[in-house]
Amino acid sequence: MTDRVPVLKIGEILLVSIQIDLEDEMVLDLQEDLSQKIVSAGAKGVVIDISALEIVDSFVGRMLATIASISRMLGAETVVVGMRPAVAMTLVELGLSLQGVRTALNLERGLKLLRRLSTAHSARP
Amino acid sequence: MAPEENTQLLIETLTSHREEFLAQWGAIVGEALQGRLSVAEMRRELGELYEAILQAIAAGGLDADGEAYGETRSLLIELSRNRARQGFTPTETATSVFALKAVLEPALTGEEHGTRTYLQFAKLLDGLALLTTEAYVRTREEIIASQAEQLLELSTPVVQLWKGVVGVPLVGTLDSARTQVVMEKLLQTLVDTDSTHAIIDITGVPTVDTQVAQHLLKTVVAARMMGAQCTISGIRPQIAQTIVALGIQFGDIQTNASLADALRQAVREVAKDAEDDVRGLL
Repeated sequence: MTDRVPVLKIGEILLVSIQIDLEDEMVLDLQEDLSQKIVSAGAKGVVIDISALEIVDSFVGRMLATIASISRMLGAETVVVGMRPAVAMTLVELGLSLQGVRTALNLERGLKLLRRLSTAHSARP
Repeated sequence: MAPEENTQLLIETLTSHREEFLAQWGAIVGEALQGRLSVAEMRRELGELYEAILQAIAAGGLDADGEAYGETRSLLIELSRNRARQGFTPTETATSVFALKAVLEPALTGEEHGTRTYLQFAKLLDGLALLTTEAYVRTREEIIASQAEQLLELSTPVVQLWKGVVGVPLVGTLDSARTQVVMEKLLQTLVDTDSTHAIIDITGVPTVDTQVAQHLLKTVVAARMMGAQCTISGIRPQIAQTIVALGIQFGDIQTNASLADALRQAVREVAKDAEDDVRGLL
C-alpha cells in the first residue's frame, strides 16, 4: 500500500500539497482522489503545490497536464504553484512545457489567480 | 670514455667556476629580459636553479627525466609559471635556461673530452627548457579557463527593474552553457524577488540564429512554468527580419522593440494585478 497525497478543501478551493517525491502509483491515485473530491465538494479551483518536489519526471509532468484537463472538464481551474527553478529547467530540457496548465510562483499568488479567474467567470453574463 | 668521467668533469667545472658562471648567466638572461624583472630576484632564481642542477648531476647523472631532477623540475615549473603570469613569452623563458649553454661553452669545448661533455650537458638543458615551455602553456591555459568562467559570470546579470519585474540584459552570443547560467539565475531571481514578470533584453545580442532562438524559447518556457510572464525586448529591425526569414516561430511569446515598451507593459500589468487584489478584498 503506497502513501496517498492528501487533498484539502478550503472553501471552494482544493489544495494538494505534494511533500514527497511521487511514484507513478501515487500520481494515478491522486488523479482518482482529486476528480472524486472536485465533484463531491463542488470545487471551483484546484491548487497543486509542488514546492517540495526536487524531481519531476516526464510522467509526473504529463500527469499534471492531465489533471488540469480533467478538473477543467469538471468545472474547476487548476494552478500549479511553487515549481523550483531546477525542476523548470529539467522539464524544459525534457521538452515539456505544461501547455494549458496555469502556473504561479507560490501558493499565495496561486490563490489570487484563482480568485481573479472566478470573479472573471461570475462577471460574465 | 665512460659517462661517469663526463659527469665528473662537469661537476668540477660547475663547482670551480660557480661565481663566474653565475655572473655570466645572470648577465645574458638580464639582457634578454630587459629589466622587466628585478636583477636581485632573477639572480636568486638562477642561483637556486644552478645549485639544483649541480646537485642533480652529482646524484643522478644527465637524464632530465630522472628522479634526481625532481627539485630542478619543480623550480623550473615555478619559474615558468611566474614568467607566464608576468607576461613573458615562452621563448624568453626557455632562453633563460639555454643561456647556461653559452656560459659553459668556452670552458668545456677546448678538447675532445670536454666537447662530448658539453654536448651531453646541452641535451640535458634542452630537456629542461622544454619543460618550461610546457609549464608555460599549461599556466596560460589555466588563466584562459578561469577568465572564461569569470566572463560567463560577468556577462549575465539579472536585475530587478520594478517591484515584480526582473530584467536580463543579454550581451554577446547565447550558447547552451550560457543559456544554462542565464536560466538558472533568472529563475532563482524570480523566486527570490517574488516577481511575476521577466524581460529578456537582446539588444546586445549580435545575431539570432535558430540555435539562439531555441535557447531563448527554452528560457521563456521555463519562466512560464514557474508562473511568471516573460517578454523578449530589444529586437532590432534586422534581427526581426532574420527571425522571420528563418521561419522561427515565437508562438504566443510577447516581443517588443524596446526595453522601455516592455517595461511599461509589465509595470501596467503588475499595477492592474495589484488593483484587482484590492478590489477582491473589498
